[in-house]
Amino acid sequence: MGRAPSPFATKIPYEEKDLKIIGSNPTARGDAVDKVTGRARYAADVKLPGQLIGRVLRSPHARANILSIDMSEAEALPGVKAVVCRNDFPDMEVEHAASGELMVNFRDVTRNMMARENVLYDGHPVAAVAATSDAIAKQAMKLIKVEYEVLPHVIDVRDAMKPDAPVLHEDQFTKGVDPKPEKPSNIAARMESKLGDIDKGFQEAEIVIEREFNTKPVHQGYIEPQASIANYTEGGMAEVWTGTQGHFVFRAQIAKLLKMDMSKVKVIPTELGGGFGGKNNVYLEPLAVVLSKKSNRPVKMVMDRDEVFRATGPTSGTNVKVKMGCTKDGRITAAQAELNYQSGAYAGSSLPLATITVFTRYDLENVSVVGHDVTTNRPKVAAYRAPGAPMVAFGVETVVDEMARECGMDPIDFRLKNAAKEGTQTHFGPKLGPIGYIQTLERAREHAHLKEKLGPNQGRGVASGFWFTLGAETSATVNIGEDGTATLIFGTVDVTGGSRSAFAMIVAEELGIPFEKVRTMSGDTSALGFNFMTAGSRGTAAGSMAAVTASRKAIARMCEIAARKWEVEPDQVVWEDGRARPAGANVGDFEPMTVAELAKEASWFGGTIAGHAEINVAQGGPGFGTHVVDVEVDRRTGAVKILRYTLIQDAGKAVYPEFIEGQFQGGAVQGIGTALNEEYIYNDKGVLENPGFLDYRVPVASDVPFINTEIVEVPNPDHPYGIRGIGEVPIIPPLPAIANAIHDAVGVRLRDHPMSPPKVLKALRDNMIEEAAVQGTAAE
Amino acid sequence: MAKQYVNTTINGDSHELLCDPTQTLLDVLRDQLDMTGTKEGCGTGDCGACSVTMDGVLVCSCLVMGVEANGKSIDTIEGMADGDDLHPLQQKFIDHIALQCGICTPGLLVASKALLEENPDPTEEEIRYWLAGNLCRCTGYHKVIEAVQDAAREMRGA
Repeated sequence: MGRAPSPFATKIPYEEKDLKIIGSNPTARGDAVDKVTGRARYAADVKLPGQLIGRVLRSPHARANILSIDMSEAEALPGVKAVVCRNDFPDMEVEHAASGELMVNFRDVTRNMMARENVLYDGHPVAAVAATSDAIAKQAMKLIKVEYEVLPHVIDVRDAMKPDAPVLHEDQFTKGVDPKPEKPSNIAARMESKLGDIDKGFQEAEIVIEREFNTKPVHQGYIEPQASIANYTEGGMAEVWTGTQGHFVFRAQIAKLLKMDMSKVKVIPTELGGGFGGKNNVYLEPLAVVLSKKSNRPVKMVMDRDEVFRATGPTSGTNVKVKMGCTKDGRITAAQAELNYQSGAYAGSSLPLATITVFTRYDLENVSVVGHDVTTNRPKVAAYRAPGAPMVAFGVETVVDEMARECGMDPIDFRLKNAAKEGTQTHFGPKLGPIGYIQTLERAREHAHLKEKLGPNQGRGVASGFWFTLGAETSATVNIGEDGTATLIFGTVDVTGGSRSAFAMIVAEELGIPFEKVRTMSGDTSALGFNFMTAGSRGTAAGSMAAVTASRKAIARMCEIAARKWEVEPDQVVWEDGRARPAGANVGDFEPMTVAELAKEASWFGGTIAGHAEINVAQGGPGFGTHVVDVEVDRRTGAVKILRYTLIQDAGKAVYPEFIEGQFQGGAVQGIGTALNEEYIYNDKGVLENPGFLDYRVPVASDVPFINTEIVEVPNPDHPYGIRGIGEVPIIPPLPAIANAIHDAVGVRLRDHPMSPPKVLKALRDNMIEEAAVQGTAAE
Repeated sequence: MAKQYVNTTINGDSHELLCDPTQTLLDVLRDQLDMTGTKEGCGTGDCGACSVTMDGVLVCSCLVMGVEANGKSIDTIEGMADGDDLHPLQQKFIDHIALQCGICTPGLLVASKALLEENPDPTEEEIRYWLAGNLCRCTGYHKVIEAVQDAAREMRGA
């Protein structure tokens, strides 16, 4: 996303055929043994001879001008080998580039990794140190003297939009407004998405519901803190080992930010300890390279957990207004929204994605969406699993629930009546192809979950979600070994172990050899051509397109070898069941050759067998899901307990079904965490008060029940195996589904996130006061 | 501060070490002994990624000082498999896809092993509360709980 679709992008039509391996659940998963024995190597596990430890000095202020930085005492401390600050990094011009699902601006990226004129959030880097030990590095940081001029700050998105708010960037004039505003403001951009005639839609409506919602930023909460180790050599080359969702994008950004040739930077992606969109951005990497250059030693940098919370991207805090209208028989006639998304210290939230997808899952004629991207004194936001979508679904799916109740309809039936289907015109542009949304609703309606009886203070909620599947640049190589085994080198970072297994299944299926004979390995930036990041649910969906393309090129090469041996033309040889065979009886009577036999002959007949893919995969295969949740509300404490949870989603084709279930369950539980616990809490000085797992409480095992899952399979027509992206949709519906369930349980609507005990208790009390007032009036 | 002599047993092997009194057991394992199977997720005892056992008791190694290991017996993830034979918990975690990114997996395995040594037949609720100190952000815990239940069954010979 963020770029227009290319007419040269690759689509391979869906091929309906019997599958031997795809759709099974292999136990010999490539990554698993190393992960259960502790051998898997993550970035913080890499150690280079002579390495130094790097640390970042961070701003204690939410907003301040930097008047001076004196590093001399730190530099003089024995054991300190390098100290760097803004002067050690070149300034950047305004230049935008895609970095995962969000766009970045290099002028801001360089300021976010190392403050220049000012600091704009608690945790903003101001200097970095490399020393012979962590203790010395920490001691050195205390010796760096930074003189600040503290300025007024603003945290909340609504406050930041007020005319008298402190303005973070004096050169920021709202984009998308004509004429250009006279004064700078925190509103970086205004954007719109429209379909049909919204006024006409509301005129046709018999029921109109308008509500306002607020959400706090939440963090991706990966368990592995950011870690990088850089080795800059005297020859001007840099090697960087790092935990990333996209090593090629990181290489490009490191090269750009440090004005190096891309060819002189090599990025080696280590095993990744969770990303969820949060490892789409460079933070430590350029600092480690410059510290290494300055100290002539390798430098390792690992963030502490509080640094992860204070300075790596959470998602946006938002203010969302939704107004929808429908007829009494439940047909939506108008859908309007205003989205105010906080982007953190620099412009560029997930707003563009949210704006164009607010209502996609409904078949609508009249849509109007206006969005604002708003800078505040918080860390720059990063992508987080379906970035921007859960917050807007919170608004839309609870308003839909209210409309269904007003119409006296079941919430699933109401959604079925308005569901997007093949041919639905989206408000982001294209018409939808074949999708499985209606099937997810129908399967939900029939699910045993709906037959479970609910007790007092218990309620049931339903919500649905939609997300894209990103395509983009994807490369891969299949190498056939001399023994007939295959190795796939892929460049889309495998964040969970699932895609590398799926790739192995796909290559085995294509070549006609057993799953165990295929090894899949991640290649560093020197092994393959450019790969875009693993973002937008593209890892398996796009990566497998490259794996198929590379496998088919290897097959073509094997057919060529057989043809040369048999002295026939290559088109007289076909590939079937893992063997090269004569295409027909007229070709000649030749014994079919296996991969191993062909590999043995390859040298004489031209050389090693390999297949390469360097493609730009077309975006496609949107995913839809429906969730049903039962909750129990404790009226004394306001605590909400999840009793039952069912998730149904279209995967296109489930390559590795049990792994897809795991993705669904993990996404749902992240969504439950968002709904019930997680939020960023700032004090009046703009300092983050809960930068640790104890106070920023992600769900633990005892918070959640088993998550029931069902996979719907409506093939993606533009993928040879019908695969859709599946990673992001599961996090979208939990927030509204739980809000709807709480309403069903205790009759109150929660529109402020998170739905933590104090908020639920307050809503219950406000409701009691309201009811008492109504009863009092009636008694009079 | 002067380093202190520490004599400790790790996964059955005796180690003589000099530890800075400010060093955590986690730092000793990872940085001094290069035993990087034990992970650091928070450094404050909240995530459980650094779980090890000390004389059989489950601890967060980020909350134990290295010098406290003197005279103690430490077991880490590196000692869990017996040669090529994975521990039943390790095998069941693989079979049930109880791991995705894997960063929390060593801690979860060490904690689960400690649970089954104390309670060979835990209920679902007992497993969930025992593992409440081990954060996992990928799996939603569903398959982790199933794997522990299945391993417990197998280890009991049920």
